Amino acid sequence: MSRAALWARRLALALGLVLLLVLAAPALRWLVWDATWTGQSRAACDPAGACWAMITARAPQILWGFYPSGHGWRVVLALALLPAGLAPLAVRGRAGLALLTAPLGAVACLALLGGARLLPSVPSAYWGGLSLNLIIGTVCAIFALPLGVLLALARRSGLPVIRLLATAYIETARAAPLIVVLFAAAVLVPLLVPAPLALDKLARAMVAITLFEAAYMAEAVRGGLMAVPQGQREAAQALGLGPMRTLVYVVLPQALRTAAPALVNSFIGLLKDTSLIYVIGVLDLTGVLRNAVSDFAWQGLEPEAYIFVGLTFWLLCFGLSRASAVLERRFQAAPTPIG
Amino acid sequence: MIAIETLHKWYGDHHVLKGVDLSVATGERVVVLGPSGSGKSTLIRAINGLEPHQSGTIRVDGHDLAGRGKVGAAARRATGMVFQGFNLFPHLTVLDNCTLAPIRVAGVPRAEAEARALALLERVRIADHAHKFPVQLSGGQQQRAAIARALAMAPKVMLFDEPTSALDPEMVGEVLDVMRGLAASGMTMIVVTHEMGFAREVADRVIFMDAGQIIEEGAPEPFFAAPRQARTRAFLSRLRA
Repeated sequence: MSRAALWARRLALALGLVLLLVLAAPALRWLVWDATWTGQSRAACDPAGACWAMITARAPQILWGFYPSGHGWRVVLALALLPAGLAPLAVRGRAGLALLTAPLGAVACLALLGGARLLPSVPSAYWGGLSLNLIIGTVCAIFALPLGVLLALARRSGLPVIRLLATAYIETARAAPLIVVLFAAAVLVPLLVPAPLALDKLARAMVAITLFEAAYMAEAVRGGLMAVPQGQREAAQALGLGPMRTLVYVVLPQALRTAAPALVNSFIGLLKDTSLIYVIGVLDLTGVLRNAVSDFAWQGLEPEAYIFVGLTFWLLCFGLSRASAVLERRFQAAPTPIG
Repeated sequence: MIAIETLHKWYGDHHVLKGVDLSVATGERVVVLGPSGSGKSTLIRAINGLEPHQSGTIRVDGHDLAGRGKVGAAARRATGMVFQGFNLFPHLTVLDNCTLAPIRVAGVPRAEAEARALALLERVRIADHAHKFPVQLSGGQQQRAAIARALAMAPKVMLFDEPTSALDPEMVGEVLDVMRGLAASGMTMIVVTHEMGFAREVADRVIFMDAGQIIEEGAPEPFFAAPRQARTRAFLSRLRA
């Protein structure tokens, strides 16, 4: 690049930055410099800036809803154990570690629910806040992925009945808005199903989200399955692997790797979709903040509430996207083609 | 070792194999020649059970390939297959490619399977690359790894479906060398190929197929020197041109 072109580029960049600062300055001033960070009501806030005092004052609710105070560590423990329980599944050649998954999951459930005379029981009606979004997101992802794999395989089955059922299910689930599915789970299911089988409202919502997201994941996995060349199945068959072992050791590892970007897309969508459950009266992060702004002390702070919700989800989803990019690179670490 | 009787195969209306009879003795090396579409690849894929046939019988090592349960499985286990496109498993290292079936199908303990696989990789001269992934190898190295992978299941017959057709010319030699070594060790082999030099040198018998039938067969010297059938002569002269 010539010197003149280089200077022109630097000048353009500098001008762009100045312009951005001029445009962003009022927003930044409102968001940061003129903002009030602590206080017990809106009256304590400087009207020139954002009133973040609501967020700090309501921090416990925002984190774990109405979980009894002093027991927040149980939520944190459960949230840490869920991914930790999955980690052994990702360790190559150490299938035995997978035996840890079930006990870790059980401990997570025990920590969260309590009971068994070890910890005071906390019904799901008390759960809420950001941790609830994370719990719903993680648990639904854990169950939706294997279900999605099964649906994808069923859709490619040689048996027309199974293929038809899987296709019908996937197309129906994808055609329904999640909000409708959630209302059906909250309102319709208790009318049709006898009480003990109907579970509690949160559990029904989680089942609904799992079934809904599984349809999307099935399509991502199906794309991966179609990308595995026929020669791979033939080579496996020629070695005597048989249909099941061919699937487990040859086809699925390749299909899931190909499907990974689309699956990450689904996981991010799932995490954001968890915020929809406030429509059935479950107080997740969005619900807790809607609750806060309806409190007389914090009335009229909708902008702060939704900016906070938006930023939090942006951070979570961006983190998820970065983490999966690291995993993808590691999967493809060695193989780079030569010649 | 292999006994094929009046084998017929159709793809829909297309009659691909029209009553093929072939028997191959233990230790015999058979090279199958023929124009594309002659059914030669279909024939050896049928011997491996990759292509179902509609009538006739294939017996491998005394077991009927179409047999139920253990009989059919034993027939398939007796053959190893090497493909034109290598078909190595890209998500596994060369070593893992060679140990997957012994561990998961034959139930060999991992340590023993790895020791045996390394010995085979030594034999095809790519033991140095055992821990690399297929994409990191050249085509010739990949095909040699694929040969080692097939040998890892200790087959009694090795089937080669145009093993050098997808290779750059400078890599054909190294793969043929490995196949010569295998022939010298007494392995029963059926090779579909266009490598006439290899056929002359290694084959006990050359078979010429056209339009789903065996047109002519014989020892390589008389076959190449004085083919009896017009179609064989036409095919050979096209190859020399």
